[in-house]
Amino acid sequence: MVACAEAWRGDGEILASPIGTIPMLGARLARATFEPDLLLTDGEAYLVANDLPVGPGPFPKVVEGWMRYRLVFDTLWAGRRHVMMGATQIDRYGNQNISCIGDWARPKAQLIGVRGAPGNTANHPTSYWVPNHSTRSFVAQVDMVSGVGYRRAAEAGDWIRQHHEIRVVVTNKAVLDFDTPDRSMRLRSVHPGVTLEEVVAATGFELSVPSSVPETRLPTPEELRVIRDVLDPTGLRRAEVSA
Amino acid sequence: MTAVTATRDKRTTEEEVVAELRDGMTVGIGGWASRRKPMSLVRAILRSPLRDLTLVSYGGPDVGLLCAAGKVAKVVFGFVSLDTIPLEPHFRVARQSGAVEAMELDEGMLQWGLYAAALRLPFLPTRAGIGSDVMAVNPHLRTVRSPYSDGEDLVAMPALALDAALVHVNRADARGNGQVLGPDPYFDDLFCMAARRRFVSCERVVATEDLLREGPVQTLVLNRSMVDGVVEAPGGAHFTSCEPDYGRDEAFQAEYAKAAADAEAWSSFRIRYLDVDEAGYRRAVAGRG
Repeated sequence: MVACAEAWRGDGEILASPIGTIPMLGARLARATFEPDLLLTDGEAYLVANDLPVGPGPFPKVVEGWMRYRLVFDTLWAGRRHVMMGATQIDRYGNQNISCIGDWARPKAQLIGVRGAPGNTANHPTSYWVPNHSTRSFVAQVDMVSGVGYRRAAEAGDWIRQHHEIRVVVTNKAVLDFDTPDRSMRLRSVHPGVTLEEVVAATGFELSVPSSVPETRLPTPEELRVIRDVLDPTGLRRAEVSA
Repeated sequence: MTAVTATRDKRTTEEEVVAELRDGMTVGIGGWASRRKPMSLVRAILRSPLRDLTLVSYGGPDVGLLCAAGKVAKVVFGFVSLDTIPLEPHFRVARQSGAVEAMELDEGMLQWGLYAAALRLPFLPTRAGIGSDVMAVNPHLRTVRSPYSDGEDLVAMPALALDAALVHVNRADARGNGQVLGPDPYFDDLFCMAARRRFVSCERVVATEDLLREGPVQTLVLNRSMVDGVVEAPGGAHFTSCEPDYGRDEAFQAEYAKAAADAEAWSSFRIRYLDVDEAGYRRAVAGRG
């Protein structure tokens, strides 16, 4: 979760759009601690200024703005946004799939649909959260490119190439990025208790592994307090990750 | 306050709305996922002999139910979801069995298609879609080069013209002015503006002079030039949410999703809740244990 929070470091006064419980906790933790200027919604159309717990609520909200979907789309195309989405499949260059498994014409498994992933990746920084890092999710080739990865972005024209960014991929095992000369996926850090070999084995393509890979940092005592007492008093975070 | 005489009373019923629809029509459905869907109108279509519809929707149980009933030839969508249950079970079956054709778009492309249709433009340019497989699975989509010095290639998102739009709002008057009291108007105004025939169901019909007692002027998202028919449908969005009048009926939605997973369970769900008129639906919902 702290790794999810770290994704937003340095973003400043932009809309943070975390999809899912752990990304949401991460973004709210980031704003409650080191990234206070982030704009965050209640998960629907209100921009809230206070530190809102995750879960059904109702919780008291200090509403500071109105972020209906139409303005989300405008903000997205205007570039003042960083999204953290899920990825059922992701490949070496950061192509993401949330549309379907198998042949698109008649899929083996229909998923939610591409949603805003094509537009997100063409317009502003995108990060991914994968709660089950495995060779089923980290694949050589995704079945339907929803979010656009680096190779395709490079071929999509100057404007998109300049504005495209996959910031980080956070999983239950590690943090990955694309800080390599050919923009292929790199292991940035391994979570405490996970070995480098486990991460490599759970990845279905060749991962760039630097000579020294740090351990993902643990939450500070203050971050732990904010998570436990303020943002997730009922422990919803435990439902999304087992490890 | 001055009373207003309704020059044209557009009040109608679910059955009369459905009688205006034809096989093969392109129908846009407002709301978003499992939020503020015109479910009483959807249920009326389920009871009708209509078929071969093309649906354009930020999809939820509207799409799932119509697919399950064999009403749908094609779905134009960016997602289909029940929100708290991420995947729509009937839509999954329809796609996996090849029962429906699909036009899968980025959410913003869908908005742009509706907006282009609303403004009577052939297309609107966007970057959404470029580089993704949305372009591969929609080979009819074209790009257009900016005529200015940037020379950028953009997707020319074609207008998504609708034969009919169905939306659900909190309040409306008999003349077709529609009011959304919840936090998000979604794209309901665009659905109406993109359509030839526009039908609005509402929780309650109120007098025109009472609209601003319900909420500020910014809540009046539909005006009567955008609406042909008004259906008073209390609970008409059930089981989707219709804030602030009611939230999503999560227990019922869970029952729906569970029933969808099993042919026998679905058959009893259908008999109990769908093979009955709207009053029967409400009684069945109220009477469940």
